[in-house]
Amino acid sequence: MSLLELDGVKVHFPVKKGLFFDRTVGHVYAVDGVSLSVEAGQTYGLVGESGCGKTTLGRAVLRLNDITDGAVVFDGTDLAKLPSEEMRAFRRRLQMVFQDPLGSLNPRQNIESILAEGMAAHNIGKDQAERREKIKEILAKVGLPSNAMSRYPHEFSGGQRQRIGIARALVLEPDVIICDEPVSALDVSVQAQVINLLEELQESLGLTYLVIAHDLAVVRHISDVIGVMYLGGLVEEAPSDALYAGPRHPYTKALMSAVPVPDPEVEDRRERILLHGDLPSPANPPAGCRFHTRCPWVQETKCATERPPLLDTGDGHKVACHFTAEIEAGTVKQTLATGIEAVISTEAVATEAVEVSEGDAETADAPVKKEEEPATVPAQADAGEAERAEESPKA
Amino acid sequence: MTILTNKADKIDRLAELTQSSEAVTGTSLWREAFRRMRSSKMAIIGAAIIAAFVLVAIVGPMLAPHGPTAQNWRSEVFPNQGKFVGMRGENWFGLDHLGRDMFSRWLVGARQTLLVGVVSMLIGLIIGAAVGILSGAAATLGGKVGQRVDTVIMRVTDIMLSLPSLLLAVSIAAVLGQSLTTVMIAVGVVQIPIFARLLRGSMLVQGGADYVLAAKAVGIRRKRIVLTQILPNSLSPVIVQATLSLATAIIEAAALSYLGLGNPDPAVPEWGVMLSQAQRFFDNEPMMAAYPAIGIIITALGFTLLGEAMREALDPKLRG
Repeated sequence: MSLLELDGVKVHFPVKKGLFFDRTVGHVYAVDGVSLSVEAGQTYGLVGESGCGKTTLGRAVLRLNDITDGAVVFDGTDLAKLPSEEMRAFRRRLQMVFQDPLGSLNPRQNIESILAEGMAAHNIGKDQAERREKIKEILAKVGLPSNAMSRYPHEFSGGQRQRIGIARALVLEPDVIICDEPVSALDVSVQAQVINLLEELQESLGLTYLVIAHDLAVVRHISDVIGVMYLGGLVEEAPSDALYAGPRHPYTKALMSAVPVPDPEVEDRRERILLHGDLPSPANPPAGCRFHTRCPWVQETKCATERPPLLDTGDGHKVACHFTAEIEAGTVKQTLATGIEAVISTEAVATEAVEVSEGDAETADAPVKKEEEPATVPAQADAGEAERAEESPKA
Repeated sequence: MTILTNKADKIDRLAELTQSSEAVTGTSLWREAFRRMRSSKMAIIGAAIIAAFVLVAIVGPMLAPHGPTAQNWRSEVFPNQGKFVGMRGENWFGLDHLGRDMFSRWLVGARQTLLVGVVSMLIGLIIGAAVGILSGAAATLGGKVGQRVDTVIMRVTDIMLSLPSLLLAVSIAAVLGQSLTTVMIAVGVVQIPIFARLLRGSMLVQGGADYVLAAKAVGIRRKRIVLTQILPNSLSPVIVQATLSLATAIIEAAALSYLGLGNPDPAVPEWGVMLSQAQRFFDNEPMMAAYPAIGIIITALGFTLLGEAMREALDPKLRG
C-alpha cells in the first residue's frame, strides 16, 4: 500500500457564461483521469509542459481545487470525499511548497506570524513561547537565522523566501510535501541550494515528495519515479534512470531530446525531435490519444479513435501508447518528419500549395487537417521539398 | 601578515555582528508606507492644511471675537442696496446681511463642516466596509452559495450606485426632515456602495493570491483567512478612498445645505449654509460667498492631497 495513491483523478473546470444566471457552456479538462502512486519516503517527479495540468493535479491532492471524479487515497483515507473540516485537519500531514516564493507569503505578516498561524490552526504547541521555540528550530533547519522571525517577506532574497515557504510546511510535521515548481522562480545558483535542502530534509525527516516541475534536470536529480504528463493525462511513468536512459513514449522522446548535451560534438550530431504545432486546448482535447495531433509516429489505425491506457511494458516502465513495442522495434515508420528543416519545409510547402492551386485542397490543408488524415498527407508534402530532412529523422 | 589577520578579524566581527543582531526588527509595509508619506511634499502640504483645519474646528469657537448670532447693526449695512460692509476694523471678513460678524461665523462653522465630513464619511465607511467584507468573503471563500450571496449584494449596491448621488441625498433629506443629522446620513448613505464595491473588489483580487491558497493549504480556517490574510491586504484602497471621500462629503454636505436642507439653526453656522445664504447678495457682495467657499475648497484640497499621497505611498508596485 502506497502512502499516496491517485486513482482516476479528474479535475474539470466549468466554463460559464450568462448575464444573470451562469450557464455552464463547457469544461476545461485540466486533469483527465490520472492514476499514480507515491511510496513513503520516495520522490515522485511530475513533468510536462505549461498547461498540461500538473499544477492542477498537485492542488487537487490537497483539495485546493475541487476534484470532479476519482479518488485521492492518503494513508488509507480517500481525501476526495472528506468533509471540509476533516480535510482541513488532514492538511497538517500533506503540505505544499509553492512556485512563487514571494507571492505565497502574506506581505503584511512577519515570518513568525506566518509560521505560527498554521501551528495554531492545528493546535501544535501549547502557547506562543513553545511555538516560538519550535519555529526557531525549524528556521535553523532550513538555514535561516533566528532573527528572521520578526522580519517581513519583502526583506528576504528569493532563495530565503523559498526556505521560509519550506519552513511553513515543515512546522506542521507533514508526511508528504507537494512541491509545485519549487525552484523555477529562483536563480540557477540558488536552485541547487534549495534542491539540496529538500533532499537533506527528506533524509533527516523521512519526507515523501511529489515534485512538480518542467525543468527536466531538476526532476531527474531529485526523483525516484517520474511521471510525464501531456494534456491532462499521464503518458509515461518509470523509475528516474530508466526514463532518462530510454524514453518510450513519443512525447517523452521529444521532451528528452530538448535537453542539451554538454559535449558539443555529441550535441551537433544528436537528433532533435521537434513537434509540430502547439499544445491543443484542454477545453477541447483531441479524441483518441491526446498526443496524436503532434505525434511523429502517428498511425492511421487506433491513434485518433482510441485513448491508450497506461500499461506496464516491463520493469515498472509504464507507457500510454498503442505502438510502444512497434516503435521500439522499428516496425512502424515515422510518419511526420521531426528535424528543424522538416518542420520549416512542411509549412512552406503548405503555404505554397495554397497559393498555387485552390483545387488541390488536400495538400493545401495538410498541416491543418492532421487530425483527420495524419499519416499520409504531411509525409507526401515532405517528400519533394525536404530531402535533406529525410536523412536525419531515421534513428 | 598583520593586514591579513586584521582582515580576517574584521570579517569575523562582521559575521558576529550580523549573527548576533537578535534585536533586528523588520519593517512592516504599513511602517514603510508611513516613511514614504513623510518624505512626500504632497502629503506634508495636505496634512498641514488638514491640521490647520482641525485646529480651527477645535479652538475656533473659543477664538471667535463675536458670538455667531450677535448682531451689530450699523447704518451702512444694507446688503440689498449694495451696502454690505466688507473688511473693516474688527470685522475682518465684514458683516453679513443680518449684521453678524462673518469671521466669527466662519470660525464656528469650521467645526460643523468637519463634523459633517467626518461623520458622514464614517457612516459610509463602516456600513460600506461591512457590506464589502461580507460580499468579498462570500465571493472568495463561500463556495457556490457564497457566490449567490455576493451577486445579490452587488446588484443592490449597483442599483444604489446608479442613482445620482445628490438626488439620493436630497430624497433622504426630504424624508428625514431638515437637520444636520439628515445631511450626515444622506451624504453617508451615498458613500456606502462606493466603499462596499471597492473593498469587495480589492478582496476578490487578494482572494486569488498565492498566499491565500497557501493559507488554505496550511489548514487555516476560512474566517481567519479572511481576517488575517485577505482583509489586511485589501485595506489600502479603502483608506485612500476614505480620505478622498472626506473631501467629497464636505462638498456634498455643502451642496445639500446650499439647497436648503442643512441645519436651519442660525446659532450653528456651517460653511455650506453660509454659502447658501450668500447667494442672494452675490451680485453686490461676492466676498460674502467667497469666504466659506474658499474654506471648503482648501479643506477639500487638503484631504485630496493627503489621499493622493497615501495612494502613492501604499501602492505595492512602488515598493522599493
